[in-house]
Amino acid sequence: MNNTAQLLQNNKKRILEIWMQNQLDDEALRDDLISNEELRRQSEELLSSLASATASGNVENIYAPEYEPVTEILTDISITRARQGFSPRETGMYVLSLKQAISQVMENKLSDKPEQLYKELNTMHRLLDNLSMVTFDTFIKGREEVILRQNDEISEISTPVIRVWEGILALPIIGTLDSARTQIVMENLLQEIVNTGSSIAILDISGVPAVDSLVAQHLIKTVSATRLMGAECIISGIRAEIAQTIVHLGIDLSNIKTKASLASALQVAFAMRGVEVRKSNKNTGLNLLR
Amino acid sequence: MILSKDTMQIVHEQNVVPFRNRVKELATKIGMSLVNQTKLITAASELVRNMLKYANGGKILLEIISNNGRTGVRLTFMDEGPGIADVQQAMRDGFSTGKSLGLGLPGAKRLVNEFDIKSKPGEGTTVTITHWKNGR
Repeated sequence: MNNTAQLLQNNKKRILEIWMQNQLDDEALRDDLISNEELRRQSEELLSSLASATASGNVENIYAPEYEPVTEILTDISITRARQGFSPRETGMYVLSLKQAISQVMENKLSDKPEQLYKELNTMHRLLDNLSMVTFDTFIKGREEVILRQNDEISEISTPVIRVWEGILALPIIGTLDSARTQIVMENLLQEIVNTGSSIAILDISGVPAVDSLVAQHLIKTVSATRLMGAECIISGIRAEIAQTIVHLGIDLSNIKTKASLASALQVAFAMRGVEVRKSNKNTGLNLLR
Repeated sequence: MILSKDTMQIVHEQNVVPFRNRVKELATKIGMSLVNQTKLITAASELVRNMLKYANGGKILLEIISNNGRTGVRLTFMDEGPGIADVQQAMRDGFSTGKSLGLGLPGAKRLVNEFDIKSKPGEGTTVTITHWKNGR
């Protein structure tokens, strides 16, 4: 057993005390997010596994199998903290405050042997720096998972298919239309056409910031697929600047029914279905056409 | 004269929307009208998609330039992809080596005031577009 390991093993209690004190003293401690008992349990677990890992004699390579329990605990802590809403600084401080605690104990024990103290501190710092890198890595990974999940949720909720009238579906598209979203839009729309037996679908692109050739290609594909199912598709919400851009790009949308607004698309749809909407004399009921 | 200069790395599809927003920001800053903004953004969007699709990304230089009292936005798309064997052919409507409409390059050229493309097979492609504030 080497010196570092021995030192850790023998002074585990003392280190833990100082470490806990450091953490509790830190103003950034989020006692609203984690209880003191929980923090103590986590810290004790990490310190024990660190002590047994260093006992193997390896104080350099944290990717060696004997460090697996240590990195596992750290990964666990970082990911839970990322989800709980800790900041990266707070998570990073967790390991760095352990470094302080060990340094403090080493200084006490080896105050009469400066040379050895220097060597020990050096090894220990390198080791803990590496470990704190692990926490940063996994912290960011944890956050990325959150973002990915939100991405999925956004694409789920952002493509609603609305049944506006008997046989008429409307699909407001908001945001950029990429391949993945087109796929979802198309699937939802086609499924809903089957479910409701609709014969007209209105794709409203008022909320699409820019229509480039890829977006146009996706729209054309969606329209073709709808037609294959025997339904007619109208694209609405083509703003003036989008119309000009489409012409300059040279995209041919001439065999697709397009309208400037959802209202006019709806009128066309009503006409196709033989539905008439007119202002009632009694001023009751629907009055879409003013 | 270059009034402002900025670069952006494009590595994956998630970079496209922030890049477009950045272009919009510049266009708004110099007071470009909505139609011209949309033209520039659409052209930029075509080129950045090309860069991602054929060269797995690259670097974009975003500049606000001023020349003889008029201001404009200049975007330079640089990639180190496979390059284009026949640029003239690539600039033709409806030509595509991918399965797209083949309107990206010629369409982008029609949308902006100035368009320049340089490409060498095996070395990469550089496309520079400039759009002036008043669109002329």
